[in-house]
Amino acid sequence: MARKDLLDISSLTDEELMALLDNTVQMKDIFTRSVKKVPTLRGRTVLMLFYENSTRTSTSFEIAAKRLSADVTNFDIGSSSVKKGESIRETIETLEAMRCEYVVVRHPMAGFAKTLASMTGMSVINAGDGRHAHPTQALLDAHTVREAMNVTDLKGKRILIAGDIIHSRVARSTSTIFTRLGAEVAFMGPGSLLPKSEPFPQFTNYEDAMAWGPDVMYLLRVQMERQTAPLYPSNGEYHKLYGVTTERLREISDKGIFLMHPGPFNRGVEISDAAVCYERSLINTQVENGVAARMSVLYALKPEVASFHA
Amino acid sequence: MATVANEEEIQEALERIAEQLKPIVAGQTTAFIGLKSIGDVVAERLVTLLAEDDTATLLLGALDASLYRDDLSRFTTSPSLQGTEIDFDLDDAHVILVDDVLFTGRTVRAALDALTDYGRPKQIELAVLVDRGHRELPIQPNYVGISLETSREDNIKVSLGYGNEVESIELNAE
Repeated sequence: MARKDLLDISSLTDEELMALLDNTVQMKDIFTRSVKKVPTLRGRTVLMLFYENSTRTSTSFEIAAKRLSADVTNFDIGSSSVKKGESIRETIETLEAMRCEYVVVRHPMAGFAKTLASMTGMSVINAGDGRHAHPTQALLDAHTVREAMNVTDLKGKRILIAGDIIHSRVARSTSTIFTRLGAEVAFMGPGSLLPKSEPFPQFTNYEDAMAWGPDVMYLLRVQMERQTAPLYPSNGEYHKLYGVTTERLREISDKGIFLMHPGPFNRGVEISDAAVCYERSLINTQVENGVAARMSVLYALKPEVASFHA
Repeated sequence: MATVANEEEIQEALERIAEQLKPIVAGQTTAFIGLKSIGDVVAERLVTLLAEDDTATLLLGALDASLYRDDLSRFTTSPSLQGTEIDFDLDDAHVILVDDVLFTGRTVRAALDALTDYGRPKQIELAVLVDRGHRELPIQPNYVGISLETSREDNIKVSLGYGNEVESIELNAE
């Protein structure tokens, strides 16, 4: 069946999930050619609708769309009619009149992408909706681990996600995809930042988490801006308790553990300078793979608008 | 269902193509690029048949032209990408593009566009195991193993390589 939208990981079938990941490998191949572009989406338009700023994600989507030869337009919502009280229905009508086929949307409200998708034939790609989901981040993370370990599924692998779990849509989407691929996931962080009920082991102590034997340590950004009241004492304290300090990096390196982070990171909070350039840090690879994963998503989706089938 | 060719007849068809190619590859460097999937198997077989000529330098590559197709919006699901492996320089190369079945010509059109993104070959020729007619574009093969009269609705199934134990070409197999 044709899929119009990518809203979250859970709604993908196993077959779709594997196809998205397998095609990511081939998309990345294009980067190594002298012509880093294919004509797949020539004449199509991708619209970036970001109600929340995110230069990294929007740039990654923009490069992905351009490498597939699509045209990309930023709908600068911050300074547009939303502030003048335009409804979502009116916004959609405006976008449809511009004959776009794909909309990449980020919004602070969970479920916004789904609402948008139900109101339009354009393909909607969720680039983050509140604390709900960030499926392209999950895809790029899964691809990065598959690539680094040279495996197709993650059976028997242990992935420790550390940090601000409850505020993080990355933790939600990424733990979902790792589990789907057969990995075991655990969370680590201050009790105040861990969810009340999760099917995963949870650690509030760094040593216990390391004793669990992770193959990958996935650090989340401590999201200071999302907290109204502080949920942990201080950045220095967080670093001491849960951060990858220079001392802890030695143990991580000895055990051959991979380090990941969705960026942007807070140096000296969840990660030390030394850890950023650690040989098994996959942080920069994640950025590169983000473009390939988003190309794979754009390639897979089938808009239901007249201009696509013309 | 009808069998168009069995294993032996496929081999004969490949040998017919190889026979025509012998004078072309002698004393030259020729790049065989098979179109995925199955065209890559045909290309490999042709190279094996031609390898006995010591004066011929034969290069082998494989191309997936899916990202260059002009009919992707007609697919319910986009084709899974098989990857391209061309680890030699295409500039000024003599290329023999190889596919299993030539039908509308749209895959070959896509492949020609894809090849230009890898380099500027001196010459590109086309070899196909089966030509079943019904072109939608002005594309003709230079070397053909089997010419087959078909109706547009017919379905051709080539079982070759990719773990197929019994090799065959079948018409309207179900």
